[in-house]
Amino acid sequence: MTHRDRKLTVSGIARVEGEGALRVTVRDGQVERAELNIYEPPRFFEAFLRGRSYTEPPDITARICGICPVAYQTSACNAIEQACGAELTEPLAELRRLLYCGEWVSSHALHIYLLHAPDFLGYPDAVALAQDHRDIVERGLELKKTGNAILELVGGRAVHPVNVRLGGFYRVPTRAELAPLAERLRRALDMALDTVRWAATLDFPDLELEHDLLAACDPGRYPIERGTLRTTSGLAFPAREFPSHVVENQVPHSTALHAALDGHRYLTGPLARYTLNSGSLSPVARQAAAEAGLGAQCRNPFRSILVRGVEIVYAVEEALRIIGAYQRPDRPFVDVPPRAGTGHGVSEAPRGLLYHRYELDGDGLIRAATIIPPTSQNLAAIEYDLRRVIGANLDRDDASLTALCERTIRNHDPCISCAAHFLSLTVRTG
Amino acid sequence: MSKPSLAVWKLASCDGCQLTLLDCEDELLTLAGEVTIAHFLEASSATAPGPYDISLVEGSVTTARDEQRIRQIRQESRMLVTIGACATAGGIQALRNFGDTAEFASAVYASPQYIDTLATSTPVAAHVPVDFELRGCPIDRRQLLEVLTALLVGRKPDIPDTSVCTECKRQGHTCVMVAEGTPCLGPVTHAGCGALCPAQSRGCYGCFGPVTGANVPALLPQLRTCGMGEDAIGRVFATFNAAAPAFQEQHCPGAAPRGEAPS
Repeated sequence: MTHRDRKLTVSGIARVEGEGALRVTVRDGQVERAELNIYEPPRFFEAFLRGRSYTEPPDITARICGICPVAYQTSACNAIEQACGAELTEPLAELRRLLYCGEWVSSHALHIYLLHAPDFLGYPDAVALAQDHRDIVERGLELKKTGNAILELVGGRAVHPVNVRLGGFYRVPTRAELAPLAERLRRALDMALDTVRWAATLDFPDLELEHDLLAACDPGRYPIERGTLRTTSGLAFPAREFPSHVVENQVPHSTALHAALDGHRYLTGPLARYTLNSGSLSPVARQAAAEAGLGAQCRNPFRSILVRGVEIVYAVEEALRIIGAYQRPDRPFVDVPPRAGTGHGVSEAPRGLLYHRYELDGDGLIRAATIIPPTSQNLAAIEYDLRRVIGANLDRDDASLTALCERTIRNHDPCISCAAHFLSLTVRTG
Repeated sequence: MSKPSLAVWKLASCDGCQLTLLDCEDELLTLAGEVTIAHFLEASSATAPGPYDISLVEGSVTTARDEQRIRQIRQESRMLVTIGACATAGGIQALRNFGDTAEFASAVYASPQYIDTLATSTPVAAHVPVDFELRGCPIDRRQLLEVLTALLVGRKPDIPDTSVCTECKRQGHTCVMVAEGTPCLGPVTHAGCGALCPAQSRGCYGCFGPVTGANVPALLPQLRTCGMGEDAIGRVFATFNAAAPAFQEQHCPGAAPRGEAPS
């Protein structure tokens, strides 16, 4: 038997928010190991949240991720409001959804155009892509800017919004302030539809995955800022039962914890949201999806770029709907008086379900905090995808296989927020 | 003459300050025409070896590996600019400087022996000389463009070292502390955000860190008048710039100065 070692080293896995190394071992034609090492320096948020005031997590946990701070703020608010027995009035809940739509549009446009598109079109980055296809990149930047405009108007700032507090907002915008946003959003809707049409022309490698899929569900509408949990395997449970289903395990090769659902691998994110909720999309978004060739489900991670495009269409429409119906609330927030107890909150970050749990004492000081980000829930599924993709493409040369591995990781828009990004891939075949 | 090269690096941080560069939607392609983006892994898989004319560094130093890496980056960079509260003051993760890091690790990870981390989170300037420090959690997009423009044409960046109050007054906001009795760190906080919080009827919470010469003790009676207790005052200074000396003094008086391990 011939033993052959293939060592591939890529100086950087680019266009993801995270630093990782990938170790792959292939023996006798079987992928023996495919580990994504995460080198994110730990920042210990859950530890130093203890002893803080219950009003602080929206600002503090936003700093976990500069790409999806609204997701952190919202899951934190949902959990603490639940612990304190507070409920937002409908207009405030709608405004929270509007803010979150801004993050979806901005984050998805970033991923589609600046991080993911270069993979499909064979460029190292969007700047190089713009030299040949400036219109494509400019459309992406304009969409991203529109998402940021929502974040800035409603949240006060695009990265780490300042206007979010327990129970709502510090200040709520007037109808007149929102009106110019609607103008921009109408233009963005056309760009979003063009995004889906353009993405449908890309070539997608074949891959169908049988992961169990987990997403929030919100009756009558596509889940964004709240919901209860459902899986494609038939489970349905509220956020407070999340800890009895999802367990995080530490693995030696990662500073990110790996999560399992009732002991098995699962995936959260756009594919899960779409597969579990495509029937709740707006007619325009549903039609865009159908024209792009998406059925009621999507289980090919390479086609996640299409789902993100459809979700931009939906988020822009939702933003327009909310602005159109907006009546300025009398008060910018509802009172959230502290009380002893435990609260659980979920929301759908652009890259997947984000769970927060807080245990409070009677004075509103935090006794314990648990945060389970989407990427740690998805790591086991990403590694499984890698094994499948490598196993099906062992005939490729090192460079081509490595590039495919990077694409496989990028499909899930992992948000690892870490030090310099590098992937060193070692493939051993024997 | 070849175009100047730009590199963007990340240590322990949230990605938000690098993202601010990508958030310059109107200027991004123009900027990319003025510089060679030689290393910016969040945006590009093409990298070029140093030396680099300008390096932007996000994040604080929290691992032995990053201690080495920041020295290497300094060696390869003609100008080194730190972007944001983590790189400039240690970030919120510097709260570990005032706690027990081993205990923190065991609170988050079941097997803390796998975790490689230093006991402190320190700013870049504690390790290597820095040419310019841009503040904010996150940095402000206009200030980032100003710094890049200034460095490219060879002038000093126009980043006023003044308080949020001056920006707030210039924008004509009603003082939230005087009119509403809302606690506000504007008088002691470095300007640059554009007085975002007062614009939302909220008090400044200090995410740009202390202004040079901040007279924090003079603000404390006013914060108490606005209803803040001593614990709340300690907490408001123990956030994103917790290890900046003027703020550190309010929540952990007498601790080691910035950049030195407390042990």
